[in-house]
Amino acid sequence: MSESGDHVREAILSPEEISAGVADLARQIAYRCAGDEVAFVGIYTRGVTLARRVAEALKAQGLRYPVGTLDISLYRDDFDNRGADLPTLESSDIPFGLDGIRVILFDEVIFTGRTIRAALDGLMDYGRPAKIELAVLVDRGHREIPIQPDYVSTHIGTTRDQYVKVRFREDDGGEEGVFLETPRKVPAA
Amino acid sequence: MSELKPRKDLLDIEGLELPEIEYVLSNAVPFKQLFQRSVKKVPTLRGKTVLNLFYEPSTRTSSSFEVAANRMSADVTNFTVSSSSVVKGESLLDTIETLQAMRSDYIVIRHQAAGVPNIVAKHTGASVINAGDGYHAHPTQALLDAMTFREVYPDYQGRKMVIVGDVLHSRVARSTSTLFHKLGIEVGVLGPGTLIPSGRHEFIRRFRSWDEVFDWKPDAVYLLRVQLERQEGMFFPSIAEYHKMYGMNTERLVRMRQIGAYLMHPGPVNRGVEITDEAMRYERSLISTQVENGIAVRMAVLHWLKPETDTD
Repeated sequence: MSESGDHVREAILSPEEISAGVADLARQIAYRCAGDEVAFVGIYTRGVTLARRVAEALKAQGLRYPVGTLDISLYRDDFDNRGADLPTLESSDIPFGLDGIRVILFDEVIFTGRTIRAALDGLMDYGRPAKIELAVLVDRGHREIPIQPDYVSTHIGTTRDQYVKVRFREDDGGEEGVFLETPRKVPAA
Repeated sequence: MSELKPRKDLLDIEGLELPEIEYVLSNAVPFKQLFQRSVKKVPTLRGKTVLNLFYEPSTRTSSSFEVAANRMSADVTNFTVSSSSVVKGESLLDTIETLQAMRSDYIVIRHQAAGVPNIVAKHTGASVINAGDGYHAHPTQALLDAMTFREVYPDYQGRKMVIVGDVLHSRVARSTSTLFHKLGIEVGVLGPGTLIPSGRHEFIRRFRSWDEVFDWKPDAVYLLRVQLERQEGMFFPSIAEYHKMYGMNTERLVRMRQIGAYLMHPGPVNRGVEITDEAMRYERSLISTQVENGIAVRMAVLHWLKPETDTD
Protein backbone atom coordinates (compact mmCIF):
# COMPACT_ATOMS: atom_id res chain seq x y z
CA MET A 1 0.00 0.00 0.00
CA SER A 2 1.33 3.42 -0.87
CA GLU A 3 0.03 6.85 -0.02
CA SER A 4 0.12 10.06 -1.95
CA GLY A 5 -1.42 13.47 -1.40
CA ASP A 6 -5.07 12.85 -2.16
CA HIS A 7 -5.56 9.10 -2.21
CA VAL A 8 -4.39 5.78 -0.85
CA ARG A 9 -3.20 3.31 -3.46
CA GLU A 10 -3.36 -0.43 -3.03
CA ALA A 11 -2.09 -3.09 -5.47
CA ILE A 12 -4.84 -5.61 -6.15
CA LEU A 13 -3.38 -7.59 -9.06
CA SER A 14 0.32 -8.26 -9.60
CA PRO A 15 1.88 -8.57 -13.08
CA GLU A 16 1.75 -12.36 -12.67
CA GLU A 17 -1.93 -12.21 -11.76
CA ILE A 18 -2.63 -10.07 -14.83
CA SER A 19 -0.92 -12.70 -17.02
CA ALA A 20 -3.01 -15.41 -15.37
CA GLY A 21 -6.11 -13.28 -16.01
CA VAL A 22 -5.23 -12.93 -19.70
CA ALA A 23 -4.72 -16.70 -19.94
CA ASP A 24 -8.05 -17.21 -18.21
CA LEU A 25 -9.90 -14.95 -20.69
CA ALA A 26 -8.20 -16.77 -23.58
CA ARG A 27 -9.37 -20.12 -22.18
CA GLN A 28 -12.98 -18.98 -21.78
CA ILE A 29 -13.08 -17.51 -25.27
CA ALA A 30 -11.47 -20.53 -26.94
CA TYR A 31 -13.96 -22.82 -25.24
CA ARG A 32 -17.09 -20.83 -26.03
CA CYS A 33 -16.19 -19.67 -29.53
CA ALA A 34 -14.95 -22.99 -30.91
CA GLY A 35 -15.67 -23.15 -34.63
CA ASP A 36 -16.96 -19.58 -34.97
CA GLU A 37 -15.52 -16.79 -37.07
CA VAL A 38 -14.32 -14.39 -34.36
CA ALA A 39 -12.71 -10.96 -34.35
CA PHE A 40 -11.57 -8.81 -31.42
CA VAL A 41 -12.11 -5.08 -31.10
CA GLY A 42 -10.28 -3.24 -28.32
CA ILE A 43 -11.43 0.08 -26.90
CA TYR A 44 -8.66 2.69 -26.70
CA THR A 45 -6.27 2.65 -24.91
CA ARG A 46 -5.93 -0.34 -22.61
CA GLY A 47 -8.77 -2.37 -24.12
CA VAL A 48 -6.62 -2.51 -27.24
CA THR A 49 -3.67 -3.85 -25.26
CA LEU A 50 -5.85 -6.42 -23.49
CA ALA A 51 -7.31 -7.61 -26.82
CA ARG A 52 -3.81 -7.94 -28.30
CA ARG A 53 -2.55 -9.93 -25.31
CA VAL A 54 -5.49 -12.34 -25.39
CA ALA A 55 -5.14 -12.73 -29.17
CA GLU A 56 -1.45 -13.51 -28.67
CA ALA A 57 -2.29 -16.15 -26.04
CA LEU A 58 -4.77 -17.77 -28.43
CA LYS A 59 -2.24 -17.80 -31.27
CA ALA A 60 -0.24 -20.31 -29.22
CA GLN A 61 -3.28 -22.59 -29.47
CA GLY A 62 -3.50 -22.14 -33.22
CA LEU A 63 -6.42 -19.71 -33.05
CA ARG A 64 -5.85 -16.57 -35.09
CA TYR A 65 -8.30 -13.78 -34.31
CA PRO A 66 -7.77 -10.36 -35.89
CA VAL A 67 -7.69 -7.34 -33.58
CA GLY A 68 -9.29 -3.99 -34.44
CA THR A 69 -9.25 -0.76 -32.45
CA LEU A 70 -12.07 1.60 -31.56
CA ASP A 71 -12.01 5.15 -30.23
CA ILE A 72 -15.33 5.93 -28.58
CA SER A 73 -14.80 9.66 -27.88
CA LEU A 74 -17.25 10.73 -30.59
CA TYR A 75 -19.95 8.43 -29.18
CA ARG A 76 -19.81 9.44 -25.51
CA ASP A 77 -22.90 10.77 -23.75
CA ASP A 78 -21.04 13.42 -21.76
CA PHE A 79 -19.70 15.60 -24.59
CA ASP A 80 -21.41 18.70 -23.16
CA ASN A 81 -19.53 18.30 -19.89
CA ARG A 82 -16.08 18.24 -21.39
CA GLY A 83 -13.89 20.59 -19.45
CA ALA A 84 -10.20 21.25 -19.66
CA ASP A 85 -9.62 17.63 -20.66
CA LEU A 86 -10.28 17.76 -24.36
CA PRO A 87 -10.28 14.30 -25.88
CA THR A 88 -7.48 13.70 -28.34
CA LEU A 89 -8.98 11.41 -30.93
CA GLU A 90 -7.34 8.17 -31.98
CA SER A 91 -7.83 6.49 -35.32
CA SER A 92 -10.26 3.62 -35.09
CA ASP A 93 -8.92 0.81 -37.24
CA ILE A 94 -11.16 -2.14 -38.03
CA PRO A 95 -9.52 -3.67 -41.10
CA PHE A 96 -12.01 -6.52 -41.49
CA GLY A 97 -15.72 -6.76 -42.24
CA LEU A 98 -17.96 -7.18 -39.21
CA ASP A 99 -21.05 -8.41 -41.03
CA GLY A 100 -22.15 -11.83 -39.83
CA ILE A 101 -19.17 -12.55 -37.56
CA ARG A 102 -18.84 -12.90 -33.78
CA VAL A 103 -17.18 -9.80 -32.35
CA ILE A 104 -15.69 -9.61 -28.88
CA LEU A 105 -15.22 -6.11 -27.48
CA PHE A 106 -12.42 -5.60 -24.97
CA ASP A 107 -12.03 -3.06 -22.22
CA GLU A 108 -9.74 -3.29 -19.20
CA VAL A 109 -12.40 -2.40 -16.59
CA ILE A 110 -16.18 -2.26 -16.62
CA PHE A 111 -17.69 0.31 -14.26
CA THR A 112 -20.87 2.26 -15.14
CA GLY A 113 -21.26 0.54 -18.52
CA ARG A 114 -21.49 3.86 -20.37
CA THR A 115 -18.23 3.36 -22.24
CA ILE A 116 -19.53 0.04 -23.55
CA ARG A 117 -22.82 1.66 -24.58
CA ALA A 118 -20.83 4.17 -26.64
CA ALA A 119 -18.65 1.38 -28.06
CA LEU A 120 -21.69 -0.60 -29.21
CA ASP A 121 -22.98 2.41 -31.11
CA GLY A 122 -19.56 3.00 -32.64
CA LEU A 123 -19.09 -0.64 -33.56
CA MET A 124 -22.42 -0.90 -35.32
CA ASP A 125 -21.49 1.98 -37.61
CA TYR A 126 -18.88 -0.40 -39.04
CA GLY A 127 -21.25 -3.25 -39.83
CA ARG A 128 -23.73 -5.75 -38.47
CA PRO A 129 -22.02 -8.53 -36.53
CA ALA A 130 -23.91 -11.78 -35.92
CA LYS A 131 -23.13 -11.38 -32.24
CA ILE A 132 -21.28 -8.92 -30.00
CA GLU A 133 -19.82 -9.95 -26.65
CA LEU A 134 -17.77 -8.18 -24.04
CA ALA A 135 -14.55 -9.25 -22.31
CA VAL A 136 -12.96 -7.35 -19.41
CA LEU A 137 -10.05 -7.90 -17.07
CA VAL A 138 -11.83 -6.37 -14.07
CA ASP A 139 -15.51 -5.93 -13.21
CA ARG A 140 -15.77 -3.41 -10.38
CA GLY A 141 -19.56 -3.10 -10.26
CA HIS A 142 -21.72 0.08 -10.04
CA ARG A 143 -23.47 -0.26 -13.39
CA GLU A 144 -25.67 2.65 -14.46
CA ILE A 145 -27.12 0.93 -17.53
CA PRO A 146 -28.04 -2.71 -18.14
CA ILE A 147 -24.84 -3.93 -19.80
CA GLN A 148 -22.95 -6.96 -18.50
CA PRO A 149 -19.68 -8.58 -19.59
CA ASP A 150 -19.62 -12.09 -21.08
CA TYR A 151 -16.02 -12.84 -20.13
CA VAL A 152 -14.53 -11.58 -16.86
CA SER A 153 -11.22 -12.42 -15.28
CA THR A 154 -11.59 -10.71 -11.87
CA HIS A 155 -14.45 -9.24 -9.87
CA ILE A 156 -13.48 -6.55 -7.39
CA GLY A 157 -15.80 -5.11 -4.77
CA THR A 158 -15.43 -1.33 -4.68
CA THR A 159 -17.18 1.74 -3.36
CA ARG A 160 -18.49 4.26 -5.87
CA ASP A 161 -15.78 6.86 -5.16
CA GLN A 162 -12.81 4.52 -5.57
CA TYR A 163 -10.79 4.28 -8.77
CA VAL A 164 -9.54 1.06 -10.35
CA LYS A 165 -6.40 1.78 -12.36
CA VAL A 166 -5.03 -0.79 -14.75
CA ARG A 167 -1.45 -0.22 -15.82
CA PHE A 168 -0.04 -2.12 -18.79
CA ARG A 169 3.65 -1.88 -19.57
CA GLU A 170 2.90 -1.14 -23.27
CA ASP A 171 0.83 1.94 -22.37
CA ASP A 172 2.21 3.09 -19.06
CA GLY A 173 5.96 3.41 -19.42
CA GLY A 174 6.73 -0.11 -18.22
CA GLU A 175 4.45 -0.08 -15.17
CA GLU A 176 2.28 -3.20 -14.80
CA GLY A 177 -0.43 -3.93 -12.24
CA VAL A 178 -3.98 -3.22 -11.16
CA PHE A 179 -4.43 -0.71 -8.35
CA LEU A 180 -7.31 0.42 -6.19
CA GLU A 181 -7.21 4.10 -5.29
CA THR A 182 -9.27 5.37 -2.38
CA PRO A 183 -9.71 9.12 -1.97
CA ARG A 184 -8.33 10.30 1.34
CA LYS A 185 -10.99 11.65 3.69
CA VAL A 186 -10.64 15.36 4.30
CA PRO A 187 -9.27 15.53 7.87
CA ALA A 188 -11.46 17.27 10.36
CA ALA A 189 -10.26 20.79 11.08
CA MET B 1 -6.24 14.08 -23.08
CA SER B 2 -4.72 17.46 -23.62
CA GLU B 3 -4.85 20.37 -21.27
CA LEU B 4 -6.08 23.19 -23.45
CA LYS B 5 -8.23 25.95 -22.18
CA PRO B 6 -11.70 25.73 -23.72
CA ARG B 7 -12.16 28.13 -26.62
CA LYS B 8 -15.51 29.50 -27.73
CA ASP B 9 -14.72 31.01 -31.12
CA LEU B 10 -12.38 30.61 -34.06
CA LEU B 11 -11.88 34.08 -35.50
CA ASP B 12 -8.35 34.16 -36.91
CA ILE B 13 -5.05 32.30 -36.94
CA GLU B 14 -3.02 34.96 -35.13
CA GLY B 15 -4.82 34.27 -31.85
CA LEU B 16 -4.17 30.51 -31.85
CA GLU B 17 -1.56 28.80 -29.72
CA LEU B 18 0.55 26.07 -31.28
CA PRO B 19 -0.90 23.27 -29.06
CA GLU B 20 -4.39 24.26 -30.20
CA ILE B 21 -3.33 24.08 -33.84
CA GLU B 22 -1.76 20.67 -33.25
CA TYR B 23 -4.89 19.52 -31.44
CA VAL B 24 -7.21 20.40 -34.33
CA LEU B 25 -4.88 19.08 -37.03
CA SER B 26 -4.31 15.77 -35.25
CA ASN B 27 -8.02 15.27 -34.55
CA ALA B 28 -8.83 15.98 -38.20
CA VAL B 29 -7.04 12.74 -39.15
CA PRO B 30 -9.50 10.35 -37.41
CA PHE B 31 -12.38 12.48 -38.70
CA LYS B 32 -11.10 12.01 -42.24
CA GLN B 33 -10.95 8.24 -41.69
CA LEU B 34 -14.69 8.22 -41.00
CA PHE B 35 -15.19 9.07 -44.69
CA GLN B 36 -13.98 5.57 -45.58
CA ARG B 37 -16.81 3.92 -43.64
CA SER B 38 -20.20 3.23 -45.12
CA VAL B 39 -21.68 5.16 -42.17
CA LYS B 40 -19.84 8.48 -42.37
CA LYS B 41 -21.67 10.05 -39.49
CA VAL B 42 -20.99 10.20 -35.75
CA PRO B 43 -23.56 11.25 -33.10
CA THR B 44 -21.32 13.75 -31.28
CA LEU B 45 -23.35 16.92 -31.96
CA ARG B 46 -26.79 15.33 -31.92
CA GLY B 47 -29.39 17.94 -30.97
CA LYS B 48 -27.00 20.86 -31.56
CA THR B 49 -27.67 23.48 -34.20
CA VAL B 50 -25.26 25.09 -36.62
CA LEU B 51 -26.24 28.28 -38.39
CA ASN B 52 -24.49 29.08 -41.64
CA LEU B 53 -24.71 32.85 -41.93
CA PHE B 54 -23.33 33.99 -45.27
CA TYR B 55 -23.36 37.65 -46.28
CA GLU B 56 -21.21 36.85 -49.32
CA PRO B 57 -21.97 34.14 -51.83
CA SER B 58 -19.95 30.99 -51.28
CA THR B 59 -21.13 27.60 -52.35
CA ARG B 60 -17.99 25.70 -51.46
CA THR B 61 -17.28 26.94 -47.99
CA SER B 62 -20.90 26.87 -46.85
CA SER B 63 -21.38 23.35 -48.29
CA SER B 64 -18.20 22.18 -46.64
CA PHE B 65 -19.39 23.43 -43.25
CA GLU B 66 -22.80 21.92 -43.91
CA VAL B 67 -21.37 18.49 -44.72
CA ALA B 68 -19.07 18.70 -41.68
CA ALA B 69 -21.98 19.58 -39.38
CA ASN B 70 -24.17 16.86 -40.88
CA ARG B 71 -21.48 14.25 -40.34
CA MET B 72 -21.38 15.29 -36.67
CA SER B 73 -25.20 14.84 -36.52
CA ALA B 74 -25.87 18.55 -35.91
CA ASP B 75 -28.86 20.28 -37.47
CA VAL B 76 -27.89 22.93 -40.00
CA THR B 77 -29.74 26.04 -41.03
CA ASN B 78 -28.48 28.06 -43.98
CA PHE B 79 -29.09 31.77 -43.70
CA THR B 80 -27.89 33.63 -46.78
CA VAL B 81 -28.18 37.37 -46.70
CA SER B 82 -27.89 39.21 -49.97
CA SER B 83 -25.45 42.00 -49.45
CA SER B 84 -27.66 44.60 -51.11
CA SER B 85 -30.29 44.25 -48.39
CA VAL B 86 -27.78 44.83 -45.64
CA VAL B 87 -27.78 48.26 -44.14
CA LYS B 88 -24.67 48.55 -42.06
CA GLY B 89 -24.45 49.18 -38.33
CA GLU B 90 -27.75 48.65 -36.64
CA SER B 91 -28.95 45.88 -38.90
CA LEU B 92 -26.07 43.64 -37.89
CA LEU B 93 -27.03 43.97 -34.24
CA ASP B 94 -30.62 43.28 -35.17
CA THR B 95 -29.50 40.13 -36.92
CA ILE B 96 -27.52 39.07 -33.88
CA GLU B 97 -30.62 39.50 -31.75
CA THR B 98 -32.55 37.28 -34.13
CA LEU B 99 -29.77 34.69 -33.98
CA GLN B 100 -29.81 34.74 -30.18
CA ALA B 101 -33.50 33.98 -30.25
CA MET B 102 -32.85 31.01 -32.55
CA ARG B 103 -30.52 29.54 -29.91
CA SER B 104 -27.95 28.26 -32.33
CA ASP B 105 -24.96 26.56 -30.74
CA TYR B 106 -22.54 27.34 -33.56
CA ILE B 107 -22.60 30.24 -36.01
CA VAL B 108 -20.49 30.00 -39.13
CA ILE B 109 -20.19 33.47 -40.59
CA ARG B 110 -18.85 34.99 -43.78
CA HIS B 111 -19.00 38.74 -44.28
CA GLN B 112 -17.46 41.24 -46.68
CA ALA B 113 -16.36 43.47 -43.81
CA ALA B 114 -13.39 42.51 -41.66
CA GLY B 115 -14.17 42.15 -37.97
CA VAL B 116 -17.85 41.29 -38.24
CA PRO B 117 -17.36 37.75 -36.85
CA ASN B 118 -15.61 39.26 -33.81
CA ILE B 119 -18.59 41.54 -33.17
CA VAL B 120 -21.04 38.65 -33.47
CA ALA B 121 -18.86 36.52 -31.17
CA LYS B 122 -18.92 39.20 -28.47
CA HIS B 123 -22.70 39.38 -28.50
CA THR B 124 -23.62 35.72 -28.49
CA GLY B 125 -22.93 32.65 -26.41
CA ALA B 126 -22.79 30.54 -29.55
CA SER B 127 -19.41 29.48 -30.89
CA VAL B 128 -18.59 31.69 -33.85
CA ILE B 129 -16.45 30.37 -36.68
CA ASN B 130 -15.09 32.91 -39.13
CA ALA B 131 -15.60 31.55 -42.64
CA GLY B 132 -13.98 34.60 -44.23
CA ASP B 133 -14.28 38.29 -43.38
CA GLY B 134 -13.18 40.93 -45.87
CA TYR B 135 -9.43 40.83 -46.44
CA HIS B 136 -8.88 39.76 -42.86
CA ALA B 137 -8.98 36.02 -42.18
CA HIS B 138 -10.19 32.59 -43.25
CA PRO B 139 -8.87 30.35 -40.50
CA THR B 140 -10.46 27.02 -41.50
CA GLN B 141 -8.97 27.41 -44.99
CA ALA B 142 -5.54 27.82 -43.41
CA LEU B 143 -6.07 24.73 -41.23
CA LEU B 144 -7.12 22.57 -44.17
CA ASP B 145 -4.15 23.83 -46.17
CA ALA B 146 -1.82 22.87 -43.33
CA MET B 147 -3.44 19.44 -42.99
CA THR B 148 -3.01 18.88 -46.74
CA PHE B 149 0.62 20.00 -46.75
CA ARG B 150 1.44 17.82 -43.73
CA GLU B 151 -0.13 14.75 -45.33
CA VAL B 152 2.29 14.89 -48.23
CA TYR B 153 5.17 16.14 -46.08
CA PRO B 154 5.10 14.54 -42.63
CA ASP B 155 8.51 16.20 -42.17
CA TYR B 156 6.98 19.60 -42.93
CA GLN B 157 9.22 21.78 -40.80
CA GLY B 158 11.70 23.76 -42.84
CA ARG B 159 9.87 23.03 -46.08
CA LYS B 160 8.87 25.80 -48.44
CA MET B 161 5.70 27.02 -50.06
CA VAL B 162 5.15 29.90 -52.43
CA ILE B 163 1.81 31.68 -52.76
CA VAL B 164 1.14 33.11 -56.21
CA GLY B 165 -1.38 35.79 -57.02
CA ASP B 166 -3.60 38.41 -55.58
CA VAL B 167 -2.07 38.48 -52.11
CA LEU B 168 -3.45 41.93 -51.32
CA HIS B 169 -7.06 40.86 -51.65
CA SER B 170 -6.62 37.48 -50.11
CA ARG B 171 -7.65 36.53 -46.60
CA VAL B 172 -6.58 33.03 -47.63
CA ALA B 173 -3.03 34.24 -48.25
CA ARG B 174 -3.02 36.04 -44.93
CA SER B 175 -4.34 33.18 -42.79
CA THR B 176 -2.48 30.42 -44.58
CA SER B 177 0.87 32.21 -44.59
CA THR B 178 0.50 33.05 -40.89
CA LEU B 179 -0.32 29.45 -40.01
CA PHE B 180 2.45 27.98 -42.14
CA HIS B 181 4.91 30.38 -40.54
CA LYS B 182 3.74 29.25 -37.07
CA LEU B 183 4.30 25.64 -38.09
CA GLY B 184 7.83 26.35 -39.26
CA ILE B 185 7.15 26.21 -43.00
CA GLU B 186 8.83 28.94 -45.06
CA VAL B 187 6.49 31.10 -47.12
CA GLY B 188 7.20 33.13 -50.22
CA VAL B 189 4.92 35.17 -52.46
CA LEU B 190 4.84 36.04 -56.14
CA GLY B 191 2.32 38.38 -57.68
CA PRO B 192 1.73 41.66 -59.43
CA GLY B 193 3.59 44.39 -57.57
CA THR B 194 0.37 46.23 -56.94
CA LEU B 195 -1.10 43.18 -55.24
CA ILE B 196 1.68 42.41 -52.79
CA PRO B 197 1.02 44.18 -49.51
CA SER B 198 3.92 46.20 -48.25
CA GLY B 199 5.13 46.40 -44.70
CA ARG B 200 3.15 43.45 -43.39
CA HIS B 201 4.42 39.94 -42.72
CA GLU B 202 8.14 40.53 -42.69
CA PHE B 203 8.74 36.77 -42.56
CA ILE B 204 7.47 36.38 -46.10
CA ARG B 205 9.97 36.20 -48.91
CA ARG B 206 8.99 38.14 -52.04
CA PHE B 207 9.78 36.97 -55.55
CA ARG B 208 9.76 39.02 -58.71
CA SER B 209 9.55 36.21 -61.25
CA TRP B 210 8.82 32.52 -61.70
CA ASP B 211 12.53 32.00 -62.34
CA GLU B 212 13.28 33.20 -58.84
CA VAL B 213 10.51 30.97 -57.50
CA PHE B 214 11.85 27.84 -59.19
CA ASP B 215 15.42 28.64 -58.13
CA TRP B 216 14.13 28.63 -54.53
CA LYS B 217 12.76 25.08 -55.14
CA PRO B 218 9.48 25.31 -53.23
CA ASP B 219 7.84 22.07 -52.03
CA ALA B 220 4.43 23.41 -52.97
CA VAL B 221 3.03 26.19 -55.12
CA TYR B 222 -0.23 27.69 -53.92
CA LEU B 223 -2.17 29.50 -56.60
CA LEU B 224 -4.65 32.05 -55.38
CA ARG B 225 -7.89 32.63 -57.18
CA VAL B 226 -7.97 35.89 -59.08
CA GLN B 227 -10.95 37.56 -57.50
CA LEU B 228 -12.50 38.96 -60.64
CA GLU B 229 -15.37 40.39 -58.61
CA ARG B 230 -12.95 42.57 -56.65
CA GLN B 231 -11.12 44.01 -59.61
CA GLU B 232 -13.10 47.23 -60.06
CA GLY B 233 -9.93 49.19 -59.36
CA MET B 234 -7.92 47.24 -61.98
CA PHE B 235 -4.73 46.44 -60.11
CA PHE B 236 -3.24 44.77 -63.17
CA PRO B 237 -3.69 45.55 -66.88
CA SER B 238 -5.74 42.56 -68.07
CA ILE B 239 -6.67 38.97 -67.39
CA ALA B 240 -4.57 37.85 -70.35
CA GLU B 241 -1.61 39.73 -68.97
CA TYR B 242 -2.10 38.17 -65.54
CA HIS B 243 -2.26 34.71 -67.07
CA LYS B 244 0.92 35.29 -69.02
CA MET B 245 2.84 36.62 -66.04
CA TYR B 246 1.56 34.52 -63.16
CA GLY B 247 -0.66 31.69 -64.41
CA MET B 248 0.31 28.03 -64.14
CA ASN B 249 0.91 27.16 -67.79
CA THR B 250 2.59 24.34 -69.72
CA GLU B 251 6.08 25.72 -69.41
CA ARG B 252 5.81 26.30 -65.66
CA LEU B 253 4.28 22.86 -65.22
CA VAL B 254 7.45 21.34 -66.71
CA ARG B 255 9.48 23.10 -64.05
CA MET B 256 7.02 22.02 -61.33
CA ARG B 257 7.66 18.41 -62.39
CA GLN B 258 11.42 18.94 -62.35
CA ILE B 259 11.39 20.01 -58.71
CA GLY B 260 8.53 17.67 -57.72
CA ALA B 261 6.43 20.50 -56.28
CA TYR B 262 2.81 19.98 -55.29
CA LEU B 263 0.09 22.32 -56.54
CA MET B 264 -2.55 23.82 -54.27
CA HIS B 265 -5.49 26.16 -54.86
CA PRO B 266 -8.32 27.19 -52.49
CA GLY B 267 -10.95 27.01 -55.25
CA PRO B 268 -12.98 27.80 -57.15
CA VAL B 269 -10.47 28.00 -60.00
CA ASN B 270 -10.62 30.41 -62.92
CA ARG B 271 -9.46 28.26 -65.81
CA GLY B 272 -7.44 30.31 -68.25
CA VAL B 273 -6.58 32.89 -65.61
CA GLU B 274 -4.44 31.53 -62.77
CA ILE B 275 -4.49 27.95 -64.03
CA THR B 276 -4.80 26.08 -67.34
CA ASP B 277 -6.82 22.94 -68.10
CA GLU B 278 -3.57 21.03 -68.35
CA ALA B 279 -2.43 22.18 -64.91
CA MET B 280 -5.75 21.05 -63.48
CA ARG B 281 -4.72 17.51 -64.44
CA TYR B 282 -1.25 17.79 -62.88
CA GLU B 283 -0.47 14.54 -61.05
CA ARG B 284 0.76 16.38 -57.98
CA SER B 285 -2.31 18.57 -57.69
CA LEU B 286 -3.74 18.57 -54.17
CA ILE B 287 -6.84 20.57 -55.05
CA SER B 288 -9.37 17.74 -54.46
CA THR B 289 -7.54 16.66 -51.33
CA GLN B 290 -7.96 20.20 -50.01
CA VAL B 291 -11.72 19.91 -50.48
CA GLU B 292 -11.87 16.59 -48.64
CA ASN B 293 -9.60 17.80 -45.85
CA GLY B 294 -11.76 20.90 -45.50
CA ILE B 295 -14.62 18.76 -44.24
CA ALA B 296 -12.38 16.86 -41.80
CA VAL B 297 -10.82 20.05 -40.42
CA ARG B 298 -14.21 21.72 -39.99
CA MET B 299 -15.47 18.65 -38.10
CA ALA B 300 -12.42 18.90 -35.85
CA VAL B 301 -13.12 22.61 -35.29
CA LEU B 302 -16.79 21.97 -34.39
CA HIS B 303 -15.62 19.25 -32.02
CA TRP B 304 -13.05 21.54 -30.40
CA LEU B 305 -14.98 24.77 -29.81
CA LYS B 306 -17.18 25.00 -26.74
CA PRO B 307 -20.29 27.15 -27.00
CA GLU B 308 -21.41 29.05 -23.91
CA THR B 309 -25.09 28.52 -24.58
CA ASP B 310 -27.59 27.77 -21.84
CA THR B 311 -28.88 24.25 -21.87
CA ASP B 312 -31.81 24.87 -19.55
